[in-house]
Amino acid sequence: MTATAPEMRLLIIEDDRESADYLVKAFREVGHVADLASDGEEGLALAESGDYDVLVVDRMLPKRDGLSVIGSLRDKGNRTPVLILSALGQVDDRIKGLRAGGDDYLPKPYSFAELLARVEVLSRRNVGPAEETTYRVGDLELDRLSHRVARGKDELTLQPREFRLLEYLMKHAGQVVTRTMLLENVWDYHFDPQTNVIDVHISRLRSKIDKGFERPLLHTIRGAGYMIRDGIR
Amino acid sequence: MTAFGKLIRTTAFRLTLVYLFLFALFAASLLGYFAWNTRRLITEQIITTVDAETEEVSGIYDRRGLSRLVFTVESRALRPGANLYLVTTPTGQLIAGNVGALMPGVMASSGWIETAYRRLDERDNATHRALVHVSQLSGGFRLLIGRDLEERRRLFGIVAHAAQWSLLVVIVLGIGGGIFVARRVLRRIDAMTGTTRRIMAGDLSGRLPVGRSGDELDRLAENLNAMLERIEALMMGLKEVSDNIAHDLKTPLTRLRNRAEEALAKSGCEADYRAALERTIEESDGLIRTFNALLMIARAESGQARGNMDDFDAADVAIGIHELYEPLAEDDGMTLRLKTVSAPLHGNRELISQALANLVENAIKYGKPATVSAGSVVSLDAKQIVIEARREGDQVLLSVTDHGPGIPEADLKHAVERFVRLDSSRSQPGSGLGLSLASAVATLHGGELRLGDARPGLVATLAIPARTALGDRPPVLTQDVPQKVA
Repeated sequence: MTATAPEMRLLIIEDDRESADYLVKAFREVGHVADLASDGEEGLALAESGDYDVLVVDRMLPKRDGLSVIGSLRDKGNRTPVLILSALGQVDDRIKGLRAGGDDYLPKPYSFAELLARVEVLSRRNVGPAEETTYRVGDLELDRLSHRVARGKDELTLQPREFRLLEYLMKHAGQVVTRTMLLENVWDYHFDPQTNVIDVHISRLRSKIDKGFERPLLHTIRGAGYMIRDGIR
Repeated sequence: MTAFGKLIRTTAFRLTLVYLFLFALFAASLLGYFAWNTRRLITEQIITTVDAETEEVSGIYDRRGLSRLVFTVESRALRPGANLYLVTTPTGQLIAGNVGALMPGVMASSGWIETAYRRLDERDNATHRALVHVSQLSGGFRLLIGRDLEERRRLFGIVAHAAQWSLLVVIVLGIGGGIFVARRVLRRIDAMTGTTRRIMAGDLSGRLPVGRSGDELDRLAENLNAMLERIEALMMGLKEVSDNIAHDLKTPLTRLRNRAEEALAKSGCEADYRAALERTIEESDGLIRTFNALLMIARAESGQARGNMDDFDAADVAIGIHELYEPLAEDDGMTLRLKTVSAPLHGNRELISQALANLVENAIKYGKPATVSAGSVVSLDAKQIVIEARREGDQVLLSVTDHGPGIPEADLKHAVERFVRLDSSRSQPGSGLGLSLASAVATLHGGELRLGDARPGLVATLAIPARTALGDRPPVLTQDVPQKVA
């Protein structure tokens, strides 16, 4: 897998040596720099001193638990985006994590592709065109105010949900977006459907924006999710 | 512990002892007061009569002289009774009277004094006690008049005797009553203890004996029985879960292991390894999903998910799920239709959405008319799945109706159980937990999952009490969930 974003500096606070080492190695392989802290105190000290783009924090840590690390960072005005990793994956645990100041929550076990995609979307380096009113990818244009979508000279008609799906994809253009991320952010559901519902929605969207055009924009990233970008992968 | 030791340790027996002690104290003080007053009364009476007699006798002396005094005293002293008389010269020599001996110094004193004495006319020389008054007459003669205290002593003795007996009776009756009450209580407690021992030893079906009196012990037994009922249900659930985990998680785990072994054994090319690894990941994803679903069911069933309840409209849930699954159904050659009426509800929106999603997924998977695969023409109606939200009485109904083969009547109850997949071939993907999760969610909200015949097809309905979904629980205040940085 190739890094789709510029190099990031990450701090991983995780007490399980094996999974921590695996994460550090995996992030390095895709071109990011990852530091490691193995308990809450060390993690807090590193997070305060270092200039990190994203913190990946395990919830249950020795010496100081993950939520308290995040809480004291936030109290001191540190706004570094935080992704919480936890074996507690239920809805109310997620809500607790987000209330404590986390920005995203990923239950264990997770796939690295999912973690990477979420971290890249969170990263401060990738503050994309969030505030712009028009998103552009290649000749595809989406106007957030008038809800108008056009590819080249062709005006496209999208259902409201298709519009939101495309809006989310284009907001994170050039980044991998996983199925769970789409389900959470476009539909606001946090459960795991047993079927490929999202794929069907994507293929509908794809048939509207890519069908009949020479250069496809909406790409399937195998084993990870989807990405919208201009150019051949 | 001996039976007696157990008996005297009972609360009933100890309470009896405390009451007994208090009652005995009360009785003793009552008798004591009575005895003391009687004694005082007798003493007062003696003092009054002796005073009067002293006055009378000294009057006789004053008016008629010593000889008359001696005569009076002698004649009175001869009368039988408890009266004591003594007249002496200033030097202490006896002139007249019936007192033989006194404690030394009595005649030298004056006024009231209690003394031991011996009567002159008695042969046994027995010593008695008396209350006497000594006065001095003119001319130095001394006069003693007194009363024997035998009567007072006897009266006091009667009272003391009565007190002893009554105290004894009180103590015997009290202890006996205490033992009787304590044994009665102890018998019932022992019966309860025996039952609880059996239950602790593993026989969860045991129940405490409940009497007919409806007293506090019966109420306790009833409550304990209700608790046992719940524990037994939970234990059964747990056992069922572990059985099912053993059965349905071990199968894919075995498959996973076999594949890895096979890949290792066959020294294939990199592509083979890659394919084996990919299948392994796929399989483990399936396992994780099953595991998550199990955890979710366990949480819903234990009531832990009650924290995130808020008010929402069941119609919105139906609309959301319809919107999510409509394209999928269409790809599968089905039509997903929506019929909603506003039906406000208090509950966990996420869980209810998931429960409905599971029902819809089931309908899409299993609700195809039997003839679709054969390629013959099937009426549009038969390919329809209907999601419906409505209110009926005080219940909110969220139902999914398909026109597939449905579930045979005999299997309907069975279908909600965990891991049950009614097509035994297991060709369709899925963990088999969809219906049990939906059922657990309905139970969490105080409702139920109903499965019915749609003739043909299946209608699965989440029936949840409207708004006051959790009975006496006040609506939980939930804050807005912070939005993720998207």
